[in-house]
Amino acid sequence: MTSLPASTEKRLGLVIDLDICVGCQACVTNCKEWNTGGHSAPLTDLAPYGAKVDGVWFNRVHGFEVGEGKKSRTVHFPRSCLHCEAPDCVTVCPTGASYKRSADGIVLVDHDKCIGCKLCSWACPYGAREYDPDAGVMKKCTLCIDRIYNEHLESHDRVPACVATCPSRARHFGDFADPLSNVSKLVLDRGGYDLMPEIGYKPTNKYLPPRPRRTDAREVGAERAYLEPDIDLANPLLRWVNQLLSR
Amino acid sequence: MHPAFSVIFFTTASGLGYGMLALLGLMGPAGALPIERWFGVTAFGLSLAAISLGLLASTFHLGHPERAWRAVAQWRSSWLAREGVMAIATYVPAGLFALGWVVLETSGGAWGGLGVLAAICAGLTVAATSLIYRSLKTIHQWHNGFTMPAYLLLGLGTGALALQALLHLFGEPRAAVAAVALGAGLAGWAVKWAYWRFIDESRARSTAETATGLKGGRVRLLDPPHTQDNFLLKEMGYRVARNHSRRLRLIAQFAGFALPLALTVAALTLPTLPAAMAAVLAALSGGLGVVVERWLFFAEARHAVTLFYGASTV
Repeated sequence: MTSLPASTEKRLGLVIDLDICVGCQACVTNCKEWNTGGHSAPLTDLAPYGAKVDGVWFNRVHGFEVGEGKKSRTVHFPRSCLHCEAPDCVTVCPTGASYKRSADGIVLVDHDKCIGCKLCSWACPYGAREYDPDAGVMKKCTLCIDRIYNEHLESHDRVPACVATCPSRARHFGDFADPLSNVSKLVLDRGGYDLMPEIGYKPTNKYLPPRPRRTDAREVGAERAYLEPDIDLANPLLRWVNQLLSR
Repeated sequence: MHPAFSVIFFTTASGLGYGMLALLGLMGPAGALPIERWFGVTAFGLSLAAISLGLLASTFHLGHPERAWRAVAQWRSSWLAREGVMAIATYVPAGLFALGWVVLETSGGAWGGLGVLAAICAGLTVAATSLIYRSLKTIHQWHNGFTMPAYLLLGLGTGALALQALLHLFGEPRAAVAAVALGAGLAGWAVKWAYWRFIDESRARSTAETATGLKGGRVRLLDPPHTQDNFLLKEMGYRVARNHSRRLRLIAQFAGFALPLALTVAALTLPTLPAAMAAVLAALSGGLGVVVERWLFFAEARHAVTLFYGASTV
């Protein structure tokens, strides 16, 4: 059924902290590693050793530059399915293959019903869906449903592969329907925001903005005297004395 | 957006077929067309063949064409499913109406009612096709008020040109059909002209800044996530060069509107044989023009996902 549930019991999703993501691509790699053997297996690679490498991935890390000159900064930006509350990728599906679960809000594809028309990928502004030309069906992030509910794993491992592997702890998994959950608190404390809110899909995943940048030594507490010495160093004699005394 | 051949062929062929069917269904019962067996066989044959070949072609780009029957299931939410339902439903009144015309050589009474019903269904099917594109919030060049009128008028226009050519070949030209071809052609041209102005002068609300939510100035892609094109860039990243799009717009306007309109006027005044040749040429030129127009409809569409891949606006 491609009609959306009015509400979901849980709203499982991710918080991605753009302040501390270092762009190491570990989440990208572990996502591929886990999911190529999981619910959506295989994540087909086309010509993996050829000149035009292509394949299905659920998670991509982009590098952006914001602003100009001294004030500019580099931001590593992981992008995957946001498991939106009101996504058209589900409602445009003509077969019922694309669906949103009423229990936890996860958006999934039933690969046995998908006809491979690709319309859902057209409806997604976030590029969350990647078509597998080898299997002839659409594939997408499952929020690792085969990990988060997997009783064969230790409880601390029951998180999505991208979260489990992140070395800088820039990714957090939890239930946004619970105001006391780790993810809800992070969003409240750090001003977590939606991507492309104007589209109106109400993404579940939230991004935490980079913290204000400290651009010079004074902002980390350097002494004024150290930064602006009182001695007139233009005078060669005084400069020589200063160097002598500074040893 | 990548202009897939099967979708371009589907929308132009089925548009022509449904346009022609609508005219047969409305003008036949009104007594404006020859209710004659062999004209009926040819006209319905051409119209239903264009529709059916178009629908068949639309399954070619599917990953699993053998599952195409599933595509009607979600008519409650999906315009693609609604289009499928309407396409199938249209065959019922269209088939019965054609039967009355061809076998009984009648389009009066209840048979005429079936014709009107077939015309309504044809219009709804083309409207559903256009709403598949119109409803996508991710593509500014589709998500606007021009998409549905363009699909309806271009389908009606090419259908009228095909019907006009057929009438000339049967030696039974009708000024009313020529009038529809002229009216739909002029209106279609006006809509496309206004559409091209609109997409040249406006952009989606989404930008690289709203896509990333980053504050502090202009957002530029510094380091793409992969070195080769992936599915997203192949499917959604297609963009036609600006100078090509200018030229193709001129070709679409000349072949799709200017030439068929001029030839239709000429066919009204010329003697029988040259008039028939002009009408056939008008139909072929109109069809070609709409293929170019449809190719541009896809190639000029900029998808929001490209904002993550270097586009600053879409």
